[in-house]
Amino acid sequence: MERILFGDNQFFAVNHLSDEKSRAQAVRFKDDSAIIKVLDTAIDCDINTFMCTTHDRIANICDHIRRNPNQYANFQIYPCMPYAHKYANAVTELGIMGTLKEYMPSSNLLGTLAKGGLAVFKKDFISIMEILVDTEMKMFKGVRTDVIFIQNVITDLILGLGMYDFFRAFSDYVKKKYNAEAGFITMNLPMLHQALEKVGVENPIICASINKVGFRMTGGVELYERTLREKQMRVIAMQVFAAGAIPPKEALEYVCNLPHISSILFGASSRSHIEQNRDLINQYWKKDEAVLV
Amino acid sequence: MTDRKVKIAIIGLGKMGISHLAILNAHPALEVVGVCDTSGIVMEALKQHSAFECFADYKKMVDKVRPEAVLIATPTKLHFEMARFALERGLHVFMEKPFTLNMSQGEELVRLAEARNLVTQVGYHNRFIGVFNEVKRLVDLGALGDVYHFVAESYGPVVTRKKEDTWRSNPSEGGGCLLDYTSHVVDLLQFVLGRVDKVDGSTLKKIYSSSVEDAVYSTLHLDSGISGFLSVNWSDETYRKMSTQLTIIGMSGKLVADAQEMKVYFKTAPAIAGYEKGWNVKYITDLTPGVDFYLRGEEYSAQIDYFARCIQNRNAHGISTFRSALETDRVLNLLRTYPQ
Repeated sequence: MERILFGDNQFFAVNHLSDEKSRAQAVRFKDDSAIIKVLDTAIDCDINTFMCTTHDRIANICDHIRRNPNQYANFQIYPCMPYAHKYANAVTELGIMGTLKEYMPSSNLLGTLAKGGLAVFKKDFISIMEILVDTEMKMFKGVRTDVIFIQNVITDLILGLGMYDFFRAFSDYVKKKYNAEAGFITMNLPMLHQALEKVGVENPIICASINKVGFRMTGGVELYERTLREKQMRVIAMQVFAAGAIPPKEALEYVCNLPHISSILFGASSRSHIEQNRDLINQYWKKDEAVLV
Repeated sequence: MTDRKVKIAIIGLGKMGISHLAILNAHPALEVVGVCDTSGIVMEALKQHSAFECFADYKKMVDKVRPEAVLIATPTKLHFEMARFALERGLHVFMEKPFTLNMSQGEELVRLAEARNLVTQVGYHNRFIGVFNEVKRLVDLGALGDVYHFVAESYGPVVTRKKEDTWRSNPSEGGGCLLDYTSHVVDLLQFVLGRVDKVDGSTLKKIYSSSVEDAVYSTLHLDSGISGFLSVNWSDETYRKMSTQLTIIGMSGKLVADAQEMKVYFKTAPAIAGYEKGWNVKYITDLTPGVDFYLRGEEYSAQIDYFARCIQNRNAHGISTFRSALETDRVLNLLRTYPQ
């Protein structure tokens, strides 16, 4: 994994502080070309991994990447699935069975239809999970994806329910089918690490909120720091600025000095912000200290 | 407060139920002793991949596992019968919103619970959002001066095209924007500003749905004499998810708040620490206490944590009881029966 990963919240009107800012972002990134322009700026700043949710609009970005292979030769995407609001809104309206019917593939491939229908009919949940992964992965065909993530709402739901075998099944499946490593986004890092240990997912890739003020760090800063020190894992720190509550310098200095942090994930919309964060990370995270994996 | 674990069972495993189950199961003071649903697919997943004891009949579950409390997250039309059964057996009850479908049922549940001094709570999670609690604190302190107007709004993208019907589109089963979205806004409004006395100029508008309203617009008059507007629309796809906003205007200031941030303007320097004359902005990061387990928002864990603590302390006068939820039902009823 690269040291810096570029995030996508700014493109899809996700702002943890302000609905108003969300709307402003929705206006700015209405056209895919605006997203591509910022991605190209990030690449120009030496950031070559884009970690993004499997939002419908990412399909257009993938089309663009496939059309311009030379320009994106070193570029890759870390997909984070699923785009939860799509399913959550559907479940509110259609119920769980209705949503499965709506989103299990039925129109494009006869093979998938048979597999999907059968899996639902037989209540084979591991197969249902695999088919849903395939559905979300379709848009990335031909695009490099070394790590495939489960979004925190699903990771943490499975975690709370204690259905840990799904973590293992997901990890095995993305390795087998996509030659990729599994990643897990969570708001409950210490608890998740324990769960992954139990089902034998070793040295896991975990993406979690890590920031000086403890925002969205369940169990508190101290427990996180202890877990990072004592356990074996590769951590991607996100929400390092606590949604803007911590100034960049202070925020990045803190994160860069923690153990077992492999990468820092951030999103930004302007060249100056991207460069500022990159330079701060390089300043605080000296090359010999970097955990390259 | 004692450290003993509270035995709890859950009935109904739809979207809210599953999320509640994960939170209950992760909570250190709770022990999930049974789960119940009639849907094959969800129960089958739990049977195969979890350690929960599963039931299809809630009465059998309660008789067998003897919980101290139940969480009911079934479709609204089933709330009354299930809650009555639980209360009659002396169980504490957490119920998903909205409370019940008619006032007399709600009143009966309140009587039953209060007579037995049982802990009740309804899942109006806005009451557990840090920003809205700060709004309430400022209002209670009189920081805005005499409040003369408010706007209570909620928008989201639930029904954005014409589609086949589900229970959500059946008013007799608890579907519709009034019960699903408006209940949250009305509950929050009464939590912050006080009791709604009457409604005026109410419109229940169908946009894409054929049998239920997709939007609710009204003027609300409070006991205190304050009046303001209610504007709720679950067919607004310009929102990524449900977004609730309160605007409150008083003689000394104005406040605009959603779950993420609060902007408050004071005409003169207020006597409240951390605030100054002019605009002040406070964020979720300043105002949200941490939780033991996070799923979808701190407030979902905070409300369950509060329920557990109320049971341990036998506090039947919490901040989102059946009685306060009945007040919300009453206003929904006023909106529903307003001559169109």
